[in-house]
Amino acid sequence: MTDKAGNGAGTFAFTPENRAKADAVIAKYPAGCQASAVLPLLDLAQRQNGGWISQAVMEHVAGLLDMASIRVYEVATFYTMLNLEPVGRYHVQLCRTTPCWLRGSDALRDACRDELGVGLGDTTEDGLFTLTEVECLGACVNAPMVQINDDFYEDLDPARMKEILRACKAGDPPSPGPQTGRQTSAPSSGPTTLTEL
Amino acid sequence: MTTLTIDGAEITVEPGSTVMQACVQAGKEIPHFCYHDRLSIAGNCRMCLVEMERSPKPIASCAMPAADGMVIRTDTEQVKKAREGVMEFLLINHPLDCPICDQGGECDLQDQAMAYGRHFSRFDEGKRAVRDKDVGPLIETIMTRCIHCTRCIRFADEIAGVEEFGAVFRGEHMEIGTYVEKAVSSELSGNMIDLCPVGALTSKPYAFVARSWELHTTETVDVLDAVGSNIRVDARGTEVLRVVPRLHDEINEEWLSDKSRFAYDGLRRRRLDRCYVRRNGALEAASWAEAFDAISSAAKGLKGDQIAALAGDMADCEAMTALADLMGVLGSPHLDCRQDGAKLDPTSRASYLFNSTIAGIEEADAILLIGTNPRWEASLVNARIRKRWRRGGLKVGVIGPQVDLTYPYHHLGDGPESLATLAKGGHAFADVLKMAERPMLIVGQGALARPDGAAVLAHARAVADASGMVSDGWNGFNVLHSAAARVGGLDLGFVPGEGGRDTAAICEGACEGSIRLLYLLGADELGLARPEDCFVVYQGHHGDAGARIADVILPGAAYTEKHGTYVNLEGRPQRAYPATAPLGEAREDWRILRALSAHLGKPLAYDTLDELRARMVERAPALAAIDEITPAPWGDFGTDGAVDEASFASPIGDFYLTDPITRASATMAECSAAFVSAAEEARADG
Amino acid sequence: MLSDSDRIFTNLYGIQDQGLAGARARGDWDGTAALIAKGHDWIIDQVKESGLRGRGGAGFPTGLKWSFMPKEEAPGRPHYLVVNADESEPGTCKDRDMMRHDPHKLIEGCLLSGFAMRAHAAYIYIRGEFYDEAVALQAAIDEAYDAGLIGRNPCSTDWHFDVYLHRGAGAYICGEETGLLESLEGKPGRPRLKPPFPAAVGLYGCPSTVNNVETIAVVPTILRRGAEWFAGLGRPKNTGTKVFCISGHVNQPCNVEEEMGIPMRELIEKHAGGVRGGWDNLQAVIPGGASVPLLPKSICDEVLMDFDSLMAEKSGLGTAAVIVMDKSADVVEAIARLSHFYMHESCGQCTPCREGTGWVYRVMLRLIRGEASVEEIDLLWDVVGQIEGHTICALGDAAAWPVQGLIRHFRPELERRILAAKVGGDAAATAAAAA
Repeated sequence: MTDKAGNGAGTFAFTPENRAKADAVIAKYPAGCQASAVLPLLDLAQRQNGGWISQAVMEHVAGLLDMASIRVYEVATFYTMLNLEPVGRYHVQLCRTTPCWLRGSDALRDACRDELGVGLGDTTEDGLFTLTEVECLGACVNAPMVQINDDFYEDLDPARMKEILRACKAGDPPSPGPQTGRQTSAPSSGPTTLTEL
Repeated sequence: MTTLTIDGAEITVEPGSTVMQACVQAGKEIPHFCYHDRLSIAGNCRMCLVEMERSPKPIASCAMPAADGMVIRTDTEQVKKAREGVMEFLLINHPLDCPICDQGGECDLQDQAMAYGRHFSRFDEGKRAVRDKDVGPLIETIMTRCIHCTRCIRFADEIAGVEEFGAVFRGEHMEIGTYVEKAVSSELSGNMIDLCPVGALTSKPYAFVARSWELHTTETVDVLDAVGSNIRVDARGTEVLRVVPRLHDEINEEWLSDKSRFAYDGLRRRRLDRCYVRRNGALEAASWAEAFDAISSAAKGLKGDQIAALAGDMADCEAMTALADLMGVLGSPHLDCRQDGAKLDPTSRASYLFNSTIAGIEEADAILLIGTNPRWEASLVNARIRKRWRRGGLKVGVIGPQVDLTYPYHHLGDGPESLATLAKGGHAFADVLKMAERPMLIVGQGALARPDGAAVLAHARAVADASGMVSDGWNGFNVLHSAAARVGGLDLGFVPGEGGRDTAAICEGACEGSIRLLYLLGADELGLARPEDCFVVYQGHHGDAGARIADVILPGAAYTEKHGTYVNLEGRPQRAYPATAPLGEAREDWRILRALSAHLGKPLAYDTLDELRARMVERAPALAAIDEITPAPWGDFGTDGAVDEASFASPIGDFYLTDPITRASATMAECSAAFVSAAEEARADG
Repeated sequence: MLSDSDRIFTNLYGIQDQGLAGARARGDWDGTAALIAKGHDWIIDQVKESGLRGRGGAGFPTGLKWSFMPKEEAPGRPHYLVVNADESEPGTCKDRDMMRHDPHKLIEGCLLSGFAMRAHAAYIYIRGEFYDEAVALQAAIDEAYDAGLIGRNPCSTDWHFDVYLHRGAGAYICGEETGLLESLEGKPGRPRLKPPFPAAVGLYGCPSTVNNVETIAVVPTILRRGAEWFAGLGRPKNTGTKVFCISGHVNQPCNVEEEMGIPMRELIEKHAGGVRGGWDNLQAVIPGGASVPLLPKSICDEVLMDFDSLMAEKSGLGTAAVIVMDKSADVVEAIARLSHFYMHESCGQCTPCREGTGWVYRVMLRLIRGEASVEEIDLLWDVVGQIEGHTICALGDAAAWPVQGLIRHFRPELERRILAAKVGGDAAATAAAAA
């Protein structure tokens, strides 16, 4: 998996606006501990770079934080949210772990495959969607769920999944959160507690 | 002291010891892969698990500090099962390609699997395969064999000071490597091969060359720099197939520079394996008798004053003794062992030694480097400085070229004027040196091998005096040599006698005709064109610069082919031993000189090595104490005088190509192209 | 059942305003200065007396953990409070609600806990996927700064205190406290060797304590209402309230704050609408997040939801994430998916976990279809035993326990599948031969 073709291509530098954000992030950590900012900066750079981390991004961040490049490579290859290859405008991440699986994540996966015509790990030809399976995203009482870019879509079924994808395709993603009208993590028929307050 | 119980027996260990160290001290073998006593503790292989009372889980003994009252067991069923389990896990994804693995026969995994593993496999799934990495001309990678002990990563970060190796990806996909394919640019990279407990990192030049049990091993010393690294030379028949470091805590610890390790292929190329005599302008093969005849005819009628001798950078003390004695009987005062013309003062031993000693670097708290790039001139001295720096509290100042030394430093200036300023206290670093408890300075040949070298030496001495570098039990004045022969030559008085000429004057005399017979003992770094009116004898082992200008060539032995004594930069005499016989008709160098002296009718007064060595010690008493350092008394040296403006430059332009052996080595040529030329191109582009 | 007046997270579902005004209305930031005025040791003592045990999974007594911190700050070695908000244990989504709906409880808790441990800064490490939650929490932190509740002279005291939010980027192992510290320092989240423990050598080499979000967020209420109040809830050594996450095959999955020691059946039936198809349709429950061994219905019938009760059944309370499986669930695949999870989330540094989790998953995958021999069940038992207890961090144990639970309680099911596959295979072979 090393030395991906294309990883060396291109250059990267933070925009002045992002550079200012980066400086603010670095300031959160004690002097000399600027390496702490590597994850936030890679995230910021990934956003600026269209959703993925090129080698140029890693070199830029390494330079900014006075880190050896290999130390940034180690970080960038360790964390699943850092994409080492380009992704579509909508990165659809299906939770596959047991709590979501028990409530039908396989059906959501099939719905996504049908709707998008791509398999797991693939990007649609129009570059709009990348479909990946991920491990538990921490919204288990609202299973099954997916994350699209920054947002969680919860309490899904295949039909709703397809609707959401279509809405994204139309450039109008629906509001995130439970898709059944339920109040966040409360029981669907209404809270059994906190009713006396 | 800490007292604990191991397998029922009480043992007392140094405070700060680990449980593993305590176990070893108690005579218990603790299997391990990731632990290495010169690297930080990783605790990741889990092979060293032992039982500790009151701990529900077995503990990694390498990482657990020994504490009073601990009760440790290494001999229980739980420990045995833990080891078997770890072994099994290590082997399930290991290719078990031992029959085609260069590590076979000297593999930790193999050995420990035999001793601590089960003798069968229960793994019925597909095995992992990992793509190999190209990390340069020296290290072959077969990464499927990697057991992820991270020793190579820790070595690169901690010892070599090049942060280029890492663990990328995670879980069972974790890989060791550089991620972005690149050659590992460290002069110490070969040590990763030794550290690798399996066959993931092996020697590229040695790939598929031999099996360890076929090799004949010889413990000797390296001469490709002046450090005197202890090495083991592995040979089969007449061929040196491998050079690896040998432990010497006071010199190279267990490391070796890539040059010393990998230049051995230069021992078989461009070799002088017979005599040559120049006839009608061309060198023709000749017998020993013909060669000696040619020399005696050339010497006939010459006065001593018309004869001169220069010793090269890899000359052994025995040969220099014989040549110096021969010059004596021929009546010549013109001899020198300082090919580079360094203004070293042979009358004061302290003026040319690395007085602090290499191990002494670890005591220093401030170091001034003058006109030297220790990383290239003496890689393991530099590694020792880095080791000291890592412990914290070391300040380093540099006057001279600004290069990456693998530790930070204050750059105080480029040349002698900065040194003069410092000597007068005109720089803040002067106070750093003064305040330091164990200050030291290291002056390189780049500062001394120049016309104003003697004045530079005087300035360096002044800095040493002004900052209290010489006191009871501490001498912080150090000269860094890059030639293995230099200290021995100076000790033996292989320098101009009464009214004698030094290197520059000898070369000048050879060119203008006042020197009519010039004897070069492996001297290849003179930059001398063939003199018309001077008969040049070259005795040595490679057809290099010296041989090209010779009228007679006498084939000598390389350092792996002879008994020899070399004095390292600390002034520590060490013995070299032959790993193979000299090539072809070549002979040990002192024997050639002894034979020639007889042919010239002036036989030297020794017939055996022992007799010669007695004479050698007579000339230089310090050479009697093998592997010991005789401290040199502090004395007057250096000559006050004006200094130039010219900046100091390291005497080594290319780490990998410094002498006839390395210049003949294909491996070194590859390294030069991969590391030095590539870096220069990058600089030019930048 | 716990009465609402004894609930701490009164905006758990985000029905009310999560901002400062709403938080104050719910009693947060009330008399904080007076609590600080009682001193470092008073707070630690109160927390000890409350019986609070860490809510991140291990259940270590919080006050005791705090007391490991040095009593004085050494020069150049500041103390740090690090809040573990890397909520990644499958089944668990409680911290998420606290951060997005009741963030001021956490921030006030940081100040009080940090002050108790003589720290002047707290870093909250939130899992990167919780983007919207991080935005909400950061907004609350900003609000608290603006209101002078943290920062210079927080709540008009002279204890300077900063709260920083740090986002992760996708790695379960960063929920392990030393993996978290490594990650926070800008490295891959590979756990450290212990000793030294974080209280001696933690963040940036300085004394540090890592606590779960819920642990810190309950501290202000404990201090305000008194240690006795908290200690009076639940059962001895298992005191207080707990936010449970009930997921899987229940009619109404939800988060809910309940009393420690509530019977599992009551928890599921009262709050989660019961098991799909009724209690008798229950097959098994993973009672405390993916890491703990599952329990068959027979145990679930009576078991109480607290640390010691579940430990007695060779399982654990863990994060109190209750994953319910009815009889339709393929319990083998449910566990195999967890094995995949641990394989995927292993950091890779130490041998048993790096090599063992993949091996376990591959055997589990075959066991789903019965493509194995009965002896391989014993092999699997042995292999997970070789991982358990032999690794640098607890991920190895976590990978082992679900499989151990499966074999302990569902071995007949595993054997049935193996036999069925063999018979099916033989039948197919016979059919093929006949054709």
